Amino acid sequence: MAETREETRIRRRRTGAATAALTALVAVLAAVPWFTSDYGLALMVNVMSYLVLTIAWALFSGTTRLISLATSAFFGVGMYAVAMLIKVMPLYATFAVAIGVGAALALIVGVLTLRISGMFFVIFSFGLSEMIRELMVWWEINQTHTMGRYVYVAFDTTMIYEHLLALAVLVFFVGWLLRRSRFGLGLMVIGDDETVARQVGINVPFAKVTIFIVSAMFMTLTGALMASRFGFINPNFAFNPLVSFTVVIMAILGGLQRLWGPVLGIIPLIILSEELQTQFPFWYSVLLGLVFMVIVYFLPRGLTGLLEEGWEALRRPLELPRGLTGPLLDAWAWLSRPIELPRGIAGAIEDRWVKIMPRMPGKR
Amino acid sequence: MSAIEVILGGVILGGLYALVAIGFNLQFGMARIVNLAYGEFLMTAAFAAFWMFTLFSINPIAGMLFSVPVTFAANWLVYRFLMTPLVRRARTREQLEGETILATFGLLFVLRGGATLAFSANNRYYDYLGVPLHIFGFTFAANRVLALAMACVFGAAIWLVLNRTRFGAALRALAIDPVGAELVGIDVRGLSGFAFAGGGALVAVAGTLVSTFLTFNPAIGIEFTMKALVVVIMGGIGNMGGSLVAGLLLGIAEALCSYFVDSGLTLAVAYALFLIVLVVRPRGLFGTP
Repeated sequence: MAETREETRIRRRRTGAATAALTALVAVLAAVPWFTSDYGLALMVNVMSYLVLTIAWALFSGTTRLISLATSAFFGVGMYAVAMLIKVMPLYATFAVAIGVGAALALIVGVLTLRISGMFFVIFSFGLSEMIRELMVWWEINQTHTMGRYVYVAFDTTMIYEHLLALAVLVFFVGWLLRRSRFGLGLMVIGDDETVARQVGINVPFAKVTIFIVSAMFMTLTGALMASRFGFINPNFAFNPLVSFTVVIMAILGGLQRLWGPVLGIIPLIILSEELQTQFPFWYSVLLGLVFMVIVYFLPRGLTGLLEEGWEALRRPLELPRGLTGPLLDAWAWLSRPIELPRGIAGAIEDRWVKIMPRMPGKR
Repeated sequence: MSAIEVILGGVILGGLYALVAIGFNLQFGMARIVNLAYGEFLMTAAFAAFWMFTLFSINPIAGMLFSVPVTFAANWLVYRFLMTPLVRRARTREQLEGETILATFGLLFVLRGGATLAFSANNRYYDYLGVPLHIFGFTFAANRVLALAMACVFGAAIWLVLNRTRFGAALRALAIDPVGAELVGIDVRGLSGFAFAGGGALVAVAGTLVSTFLTFNPAIGIEFTMKALVVVIMGGIGNMGGSLVAGLLLGIAEALCSYFVDSGLTLAVAYALFLIVLVVRPRGLFGTP
């Protein structure tokens, strides 16, 4: 159906307005380091890194509906790539290497496990970070004889923040493109029904592995950027399975129906996590576990789901209180009913007769 | 230490893995729930055995008379109150697996955090039957041999129940096709709860056995969960014999690895085996391609 000139004009104006608003938002976010305290900036870096991780996770898992628990594996690989190579090459070169390693790892894992069944992939991704952690511990103990590494780089928090922001813009752009492309549509068909996807001619393994690699590259780069944030890293810290699950829970809390849905989940969960860690350091693990369970049980559709339900409720026609005229109208309706007279003896005989002589079916 | 001793040591470890994996398979293959908190029950049972032994000097094997029924009941309650809502809500098997993974991960954190609070994160160890035992000229620790014997006893009991009783036939039907099972009059919900609780009871046995010869702390659970997952996938979901063979295979591979390379790489061995099976036999060791 061809667009009329009027529609084209409206569409262009809308796109223009949206682009302007988003540009303004990014500009405000980019200016944040010059307005907040150190603590605020640290919190924002945390938020931004989880933002990239969660949206990157949603690129793969939101479309194909396969729960990937490999986030911490890629995150840790990125961190370690920087930590191990920073002494022999410039910082941006280490970032490039990190992306390359992450992509290669995603390719191997994806080709081996994604072509078979969803469950194999989920289980493999669950153990992947734990396995890499074990290998790293073994490597560090036997080859380098140290358990941790210091990452000293001239790359301060503001720089990390700006880079993460740029990465966040990029990941959103990729997600936006994905929702408007044949490829993204194909992925959603895979998520809905893989058999159908194969029948309509989508190259299912290729599509899955490709988007898995794209998502992994974002995660690895986030890890690489965050390496200098912590200064000192060891395998147990870099490959923490909690990161994978936190990302999933954030995405679920936010809701996967919209591209921006996960954003709603990140901020409350980070603030809650900070609060729990400072207020109840010993109970942190127990309370965080309970929070996870509450979200899975009571908010399976996430905050965007709640918003959508709320919007639906708002759009329903209002039921106004009926006021004084209501009872009057009811009374009038009652008064104007036809009067039911007692049916008398003739009526009683008629009722008996009906019972004694049942009507023949089909005859009147 | 000769190569044969290494392999026999692997068989002992493998018997334990098989027991852990069979319990996991009851939960995953029959009740269709991926229970990431599975290993935490192993850890809890190990601590129960430890405290009973150190405080009241109760023999760990006798202590199982207490810890196994309690774990059975606890797991039944978990199924009844935590898993049933998810089972009702899920439309497909994949959805149920995904949701149970997330919910039981929360449970994992609660249980591990609780154990750390209650028992501290220290490594624990107690000496029970740590005497050398000479069999056919080879030397083993008596507690490890006992662990293998107990694993054999429980494995055989499970096999008998599954293959020689009506009840076991119903359980196997449940593993193959839950909808079909319901159509022929099997109480799917009730039986799933029983299978889940039975798996939990088995992991309590395994936890008690583990505590007799390994040091443990509140964080050991997840490693056993991962190995159980790998073994169950390798042997085939719902296939108990497959779990047994894959468990033994994993035990032997681990023993060889720790003898020739490094003892810190056990999980890497498990995943290497997993990958080889995926490449060579993508439907599991005994699956039909």
